[in-house]
Amino acid sequence: MSVLAASQEHDIAVVGGGLVGAAVAYGLARAGQRVALLDGGDAEVRASRANFALVWVQSKGLGLPQYAHWTVRSSDAWAGFAAQLKEETGLDVAFERPGGFQLALSQAELETRAAQVNRLHNQAAELPYRTEILDRAEIESMLPGLGPDVVGGSFCPIDGHCNSLRLYRALHMAARLHGVRYLPSHRAERIACERGAFRLATTAGDVRAGKVVLAAGNANLHLAPMVGLEAPMRPERGQIMVTERVAPFLRYPVATVRQTDEGTVMIGDSKEEGTSPDGLTMPVNAVMASRAMRMFPVLGRLNLVRMWAGVRVMTADGFPVYDQSETCPGAFVVCCHSGVTLAANHALTLAPMIAAGRLDADLLGPFSARRFHVPKAA
Amino acid sequence: MTGAAALDDKVDVAVIGAGPAGLAAGALSARAGLATVVLDENPAPGGQIYRAITTTPVQRKEILGTDYWHGRELVRELESSGARLATGATVWSISRDLEVAVSHGGRAHLLHARRIVIATGALERPFPVPGWTLPGVMTAGGAQTLLKSSGLVPEGRVVLAGTGPLLWLLAAQLLRAGGAITAILDTTPRQNYVRALRHAPAFVLSPYLIKGLRMMAEVRRKVRVISGVTRLEAVGEGKLKEIIFATGNGAAARMAADLLLLHQGVVPNVNLAMSIGIVHRWDGLQLCWVPEIDRHGNSSVPDIAIAGDGAGIGGAVAAAERGRLAAIAAVRALAPAAVSGLPAEQAVMQALAKAEAGRAFLDTLYQPSADFRIPAGDDTIVCRCEEVTAGQIRANVALGCEGPNQMKSFLRCGMGPCQGRLCGLTVTETIAAARGVSPAQVGYYRLRPPVKPIPLAEVAAMPQPESAVKAVVRR
Amino acid sequence: MFRRLPEAAGAALAVSVDGQRVEVRAGDTVAAALLAAGFGHCRTSPVSGAPRAPYCMMGVCFECLVTVDGVGNRQGCLVPVREGMLIETQRGEREVGR
Repeated sequence: MSVLAASQEHDIAVVGGGLVGAAVAYGLARAGQRVALLDGGDAEVRASRANFALVWVQSKGLGLPQYAHWTVRSSDAWAGFAAQLKEETGLDVAFERPGGFQLALSQAELETRAAQVNRLHNQAAELPYRTEILDRAEIESMLPGLGPDVVGGSFCPIDGHCNSLRLYRALHMAARLHGVRYLPSHRAERIACERGAFRLATTAGDVRAGKVVLAAGNANLHLAPMVGLEAPMRPERGQIMVTERVAPFLRYPVATVRQTDEGTVMIGDSKEEGTSPDGLTMPVNAVMASRAMRMFPVLGRLNLVRMWAGVRVMTADGFPVYDQSETCPGAFVVCCHSGVTLAANHALTLAPMIAAGRLDADLLGPFSARRFHVPKAA
Repeated sequence: MTGAAALDDKVDVAVIGAGPAGLAAGALSARAGLATVVLDENPAPGGQIYRAITTTPVQRKEILGTDYWHGRELVRELESSGARLATGATVWSISRDLEVAVSHGGRAHLLHARRIVIATGALERPFPVPGWTLPGVMTAGGAQTLLKSSGLVPEGRVVLAGTGPLLWLLAAQLLRAGGAITAILDTTPRQNYVRALRHAPAFVLSPYLIKGLRMMAEVRRKVRVISGVTRLEAVGEGKLKEIIFATGNGAAARMAADLLLLHQGVVPNVNLAMSIGIVHRWDGLQLCWVPEIDRHGNSSVPDIAIAGDGAGIGGAVAAAERGRLAAIAAVRALAPAAVSGLPAEQAVMQALAKAEAGRAFLDTLYQPSADFRIPAGDDTIVCRCEEVTAGQIRANVALGCEGPNQMKSFLRCGMGPCQGRLCGLTVTETIAAARGVSPAQVGYYRLRPPVKPIPLAEVAAMPQPESAVKAVVRR
Repeated sequence: MFRRLPEAAGAALAVSVDGQRVEVRAGDTVAAALLAAGFGHCRTSPVSGAPRAPYCMMGVCFECLVTVDGVGNRQGCLVPVREGMLIETQRGEREVGR
């Protein structure tokens, strides 16, 4: 199949079959494009298999208020997006937006958090959402079983979560249903812009397309310059642990603890330098475990069934990069950390722009990589 | 000795698993003066083949057979060696700097070793037939454990199904214990007999030959054996009621049953070794993953050796010899002067070769049919924990899932508490068959610690240096 | 489904299974004791609710999960019985705080 496919022409090739690439490919196919979705093999490092599945708003936008608007736009579109995926694939991606917490285990942590929230809301541009600082009593009424060490926290009413692995599968199914040609084990290694079209040399032969979207996560760093684009990446390692299934007890997602629709409890999320997901830093898991247990003591008895490390897709300043190439028209780059949160935007807003050949400057201009060259105002 | 505090020490050699390989490795290593600890999650030493060897209530020796009682010798060797044996001790993680995380007595312990011998043995190959999750369906090994540990003998309409030496051994043991067996449904593919013939000359030298033939004759005298079974299904509402089976291309027959005992060979228990990144390869004869090791059992990770059936199925006698080789290698590395006091390596190698003679014959004869490794029916459960079916796996291959890791993400197969032990091989082989490629090309689940579920509180109680706190707490 | 060899009777002790007093043999594991006492299954699956019973008896399959002395999801085949032990069969996923 892949040999045949590789020789065919496509309107557009999306490089990277993770959450970002699959969402974009799905949106492009819905917009009538003939899409090839190029992906790596089974053992590839994939943020999409390692993430925490939050559809998260609070904290977003400090230093770039447009990012807050972009995030809220996706958060608002998510329910409809999930319904659309369910209608097309039959898969319920378990999206919920009950609001979410970040919990503080000491006064110092609470003050740090309150100061962050203050800075967010005191920016010149108004934020499209509110994050409240709540005291322990207020939180306890919403989160039964709260541990005595929790002194307070922040709450944002439009935070939510989903089942990101089911989202991943649903996007692939939906993309397939709309005619996307998925090419696994076609890791793109070189991209050439030839006479207004693109030739992608992959580990399984060449693929040609009229346009190309780079959605290869941290690998965009090396791919982007091949088509006159730029993707300064700063990958970051994070660890997550997950428990066995347990009866529902946690109604709201907490930034570091959430119960999935399947009943398992995910506990995250650390930040370490590193670009390899191999091995585990066990002391980091010990800290995450003890903090989770202080937040919800009932967790202590649960068994952890899996632990893993993932590599976050992260740009140099933490904000997404959406860009189109000046020198190789038809080449686009998509880099972002929040492939789950922004999935609705990628499929519903970004993909139609790419299909039309131009990113909307008003909406996405602030996310151009050109920002890395603008000297910061004093 | 089973004291909890002892598990926080530094040791020279940590042996994981107290079956034949672990017992032999631990005994030899301790005898050479190395501080040695042998860890096993079970309540007593012996592993599976010598299960409950120190505690079994089965007194009539002939029931379990003379081979079983050899295990006593291994335990005695360990007991007199000075090695520490910790039972009820679950190893859930090892690291490349040889830190062994052990759950014991409700606490997590970190044991620092200079060498590790993984002797985690084998487990029974998954037997994914329709209805294999029904109560009333167990593994043959499970029934054997009940006999050895508790003196329990199945009663009612008992059917054994599958292939391999253990199936016959269990049948013989149950009969000697006064049990009745309604039938044995032998799934050994008929063509295996022909294929195995060319390995027969080597097998003639094997100590297993006469014993095996005698045992099979003993069973056949008392039990109806139905050969050439190509289809098998357990049926019942909430519990086993009957078995549907067919031989060759024949019509399906039904047989009422209270207990169905399944077995189609054993495969290495690879979870711990794979979790540390030890390189494995697909064994096309034994149809399983085996670690890449040298003749002393040294793996691709420095200072970690693998001995026993976990290094490739060889049986109990071979396992003990491999354990000894791993111990000799450890002694040579840590206390070279003590090597002279140990059995000569050459002699151990010869004993191993003798024990392994004829293995190819057994592996070929008892290679299970694809009919029972790769479910033909779409509704057959492959992953028991998450109830993922063969049909779902094939549908996702069609969607572009090329390997078990993407499959796991899409379907949750292998994400339950058994951590893929009961579905991993089936998932790999089902994907391979659907794609028309080899299992080696498909690969296996990426396994990580914990290799057994571990209470969160135990992880929370482990050391938390400031660097780790910084990686978690945002300031 | 199972009977005990006469020679294997051994000392008896009493445990509670779902509130019912059951005599078991000292030295048995919880899973063996449940099978010996005729319990057909020990839990229902958290996925489909189907009943499940001990399958491998060697700690790998996790089918014999039961609640022991108030702690859920213990592997019955690895836990030896003790006098007065409270054993509960499970329905679906583990309960919170148990």
